[in-house]
Amino acid sequence: MKTLLGIGGSEDSLRALEKAVERAKEAGDELTIAIVENPDASLSQSEVEARASDVLAETGVEADIETLTGHPGSQLLEIAERGSYDRIVLGGGETSPLGKVQLGSIAEFVLLNARTTVTLIR
Amino acid sequence: MTREYPDDVAGPYEAPPYEFEDREGRSIEVQRYDDGIEPLVEMYSEFDPEDRAQGIPPTNEDQIRTWLESLTDADALNVIAQHDGDPIGHAMLVPDDDGSFELAIFVLGAYQNAGIGTGLIEGLLGAGREDGVDLVWLSVERWNKPATALYRKVGFRPTDDGSFELEMAARLTPAE
Repeated sequence: MKTLLGIGGSEDSLRALEKAVERAKEAGDELTIAIVENPDASLSQSEVEARASDVLAETGVEADIETLTGHPGSQLLEIAERGSYDRIVLGGGETSPLGKVQLGSIAEFVLLNARTTVTLIR
Repeated sequence: MTREYPDDVAGPYEAPPYEFEDREGRSIEVQRYDDGIEPLVEMYSEFDPEDRAQGIPPTNEDQIRTWLESLTDADALNVIAQHDGDPIGHAMLVPDDDGSFELAIFVLGAYQNAGIGTGLIEGLLGAGREDGVDLVWLSVERWNKPATALYRKVGFRPTDDGSFELEMAARLTPAE
């Protein structure tokens, strides 16, 4: 399976990073990690990239890391279509103080527009 | 995150405790609640999964307990509606990191569409104002017309951020 993991610097992205890399290791998936611009996130793109490299090093998984600029959702979809990916994997949203699931705007855009399967990681 | 609150103050609302008759003629008591989670665990275990909203209440009992424990901590405000001594509705204000409060309300299926939601949410907002809560927000699925109508009626206005869920906000005290 050819998988595109899209992450910004939000907490659910970082959780998705760990789980998706673990999953790629188990399943032997071909993984690409795309780091998107998320203005709401607390981490910068280079910090996220460093985090992704660490996780790959720890798990011994090989994956390309790409840093995307511009509109995150449409950039992800473009890469997914151009690279014939089977699946896009994203963080599954943050929870509000009350515990309600709140889907991020990137996940919403990708869900509504993707032609591939989309997996949201909780 | 910056959220736009309405200029107008919502309400006024009476603070609980009070009692009212619902549209089915049942006598409903609204009061503040800080009596431990057990009666609420019982209420939520009867909750119809169809009426869940954005993942809450959770469906299994352990998760319901964990969720309720997080809601009944010191800074959250809980108000319940009771019929014949049992809780049949629960509304809450939970502080966020910006000094405002997130609101949610749940009413058991057999007690919906009887005016209890209005009675309960007004009690919660009355209690919130009594405790110095200024700004309240919530998120609701856009298709949930009964809920959005209720929130609008008691003074919430869409802050519209264009996402799946509709976000609404209300002001309980005048802007400075």
